[in-house]
Amino acid sequence: MSARQFSLSSRVSPRLADLGLLGPAIAVILVFMVAPMAIMFVYSFLQAAPYGGVEWVFTTEAYSSILFERDFLDNSLTFTPDYLIVLARSVFQAGIATVLCLVISVPTAYYIATRPERQKNIWLVLITIPYWVNLLIRTIALLFVLRGDGPINAVLMNLGIVSEPLPLSYNGFAVCLGLIYSFLPFMVLPLYSAFERFDFRLLEAAYDLYASRRIAFFRIVLPVMRPGLIAGSLLVFIPSIGSYLAPDILGGGKTLMIGNLIGTQFQSARNWPFGAALSMILLTLTLLVLLWLARRAGHQKSDCR
Amino acid sequence: MKKIILSAALLTCMAGHPAFAAGDLFIYTWGEYTPPEMVAKFEKTHDVKVHIDTYDSMETMLAKLKSGAGGYDIIVPGHDTMTILVREGLLEPINASQMENFRHVDETWRDVFWDPGRVYSAPWAWGSTGFVIDSALVDGADHSLKTLFEPDDATKGKINMLRDVNDVINMALRYLGKPRCNENPGDLKAVLDLLTTQKAFVKSYNSETKELLASGEAVVSMSWNGYAMRARDEKPTLEYIYPKEGYTGWMDNVAVPKGAPNLENAKLWVNFVMAPENAAMITNYARYSNGIKGAEAFVDKALAAAPELNPPADAPTPEFLPACSPAVTKLYDRVWTKLLR
Repeated sequence: MSARQFSLSSRVSPRLADLGLLGPAIAVILVFMVAPMAIMFVYSFLQAAPYGGVEWVFTTEAYSSILFERDFLDNSLTFTPDYLIVLARSVFQAGIATVLCLVISVPTAYYIATRPERQKNIWLVLITIPYWVNLLIRTIALLFVLRGDGPINAVLMNLGIVSEPLPLSYNGFAVCLGLIYSFLPFMVLPLYSAFERFDFRLLEAAYDLYASRRIAFFRIVLPVMRPGLIAGSLLVFIPSIGSYLAPDILGGGKTLMIGNLIGTQFQSARNWPFGAALSMILLTLTLLVLLWLARRAGHQKSDCR
Repeated sequence: MKKIILSAALLTCMAGHPAFAAGDLFIYTWGEYTPPEMVAKFEKTHDVKVHIDTYDSMETMLAKLKSGAGGYDIIVPGHDTMTILVREGLLEPINASQMENFRHVDETWRDVFWDPGRVYSAPWAWGSTGFVIDSALVDGADHSLKTLFEPDDATKGKINMLRDVNDVINMALRYLGKPRCNENPGDLKAVLDLLTTQKAFVKSYNSETKELLASGEAVVSMSWNGYAMRARDEKPTLEYIYPKEGYTGWMDNVAVPKGAPNLENAKLWVNFVMAPENAAMITNYARYSNGIKGAEAFVDKALAAAPELNPPADAPTPEFLPACSPAVTKLYDRVWTKLLR
């Protein structure tokens, strides 16, 4: 506010100043988000060119082929569950990862938020340290830890707890662990900031007014925490659902998630419109979840009043 | 290395201005494929500055060429991509067969289906897709794909397949004795069944076969011959198998894209690549065979005798497949999706 009074208001109208300040952000969003999305949207309604790329012929085939396929044998149009299965698996894996992240993060965030100031900073740095390393490298490192010849199995076998290496890698378990490992801080940090802002005197007041622990949690703590919970869950769920590396590397490429399916369409399958259509479906799904949460948050507010 | 990065950066800036200067050569190729000493020798001999830019898949290269973002003088397409490039008119007819050094080219690679009469290209390197076993643990004496597709109990769960739709499906088709680039629904159904049964025993679908084999995570793995040799460096018990049911061969070729800004230098490079002592550098560096007669004399001793580069006398000849039709590509993708869904 003071900045405007200081430099801009004397020469430029406030509205123009706002525009100037917003300009860079809007430009970035237009160029790096809206434009690529628009291209994908257009491509998803075109025909695939034989060797990659698109032909400028309008068709909704890309969308219909998500649900229907020409039969192998008699060429009739039949329902195919293949892509829905992949989509469902993505939602399921991302959901599990989100819930487990939540379970791990709540006590962690609470612990950090209730430390003295100096310790807090140390803990926060520790949480973010893995993020100084590239995601690809972290994922491969995790694979080496989990593998048959990795340290976990080596220790277990040396202690005589297991005789054969445990199947920790190249399966759904490894993918899930990878997702949690990749996105955990995105849950911890918003929860931390929610706990941080929480006025613990409210809790004392609740107890003074004979609230049980249960009621205090649901009526006092949870409403205050809600924005942090929602933000954290979204920050974990959204990147998880489109995750490419975890299923590719930790899952050994044995089962597809939607991100891998989209990747294949732009590479070996040379079906760009289908890849674009799948991206659009994924985007729509994500937006629906966001919208639903936003509406719920809106209701919650009016309930309080 | 720094030079390469710098020149790549420079190239990006210059892409729109092909008329940069005389004495340049812009190469667009696979990573770690062009021997630095070879580049240095060429630069010295012809007083030409070589700039290298790399791609990681044929799709990337095709897309770039088709979009017209050129500025390249040399590309190194695989033989199946050559067919597409020739058909789409994206190559400059350089008459490689009329060049001085063409006499060194092995007869096998002179008149090839992807470039009849070698109008557009010269051989760069070639290799094969077979499989590798750890001979200490697996008996591969019958050289059969059965080891991969219907494994013994001992190897179950320790099998790796390439993450390459075409290679995997074509290998399965060979095992079933069916034609490759196959559009027959019944055959593809059989392939899907075979691969689905096999999947229970597969550890991963991963193209980085060297690490998996060397670490012992996989004891049987589909592999390209160059990778197989690198893996054997780390683990001597590994053995590259040329399956008796047949196997895929591929050849990368040196070609000149239409509208190359330094056409004459490009031709110099193509001729240069066909000289035996230069072709040998490719083999020493990239570890693939080169297709030039007389190059053996300049190839490292260990490489010259390597089983990965020298199929045994009783091995079938490699099958060089054309690019499958778009219809086949689509069917293959459906099989792949059903396998991994």
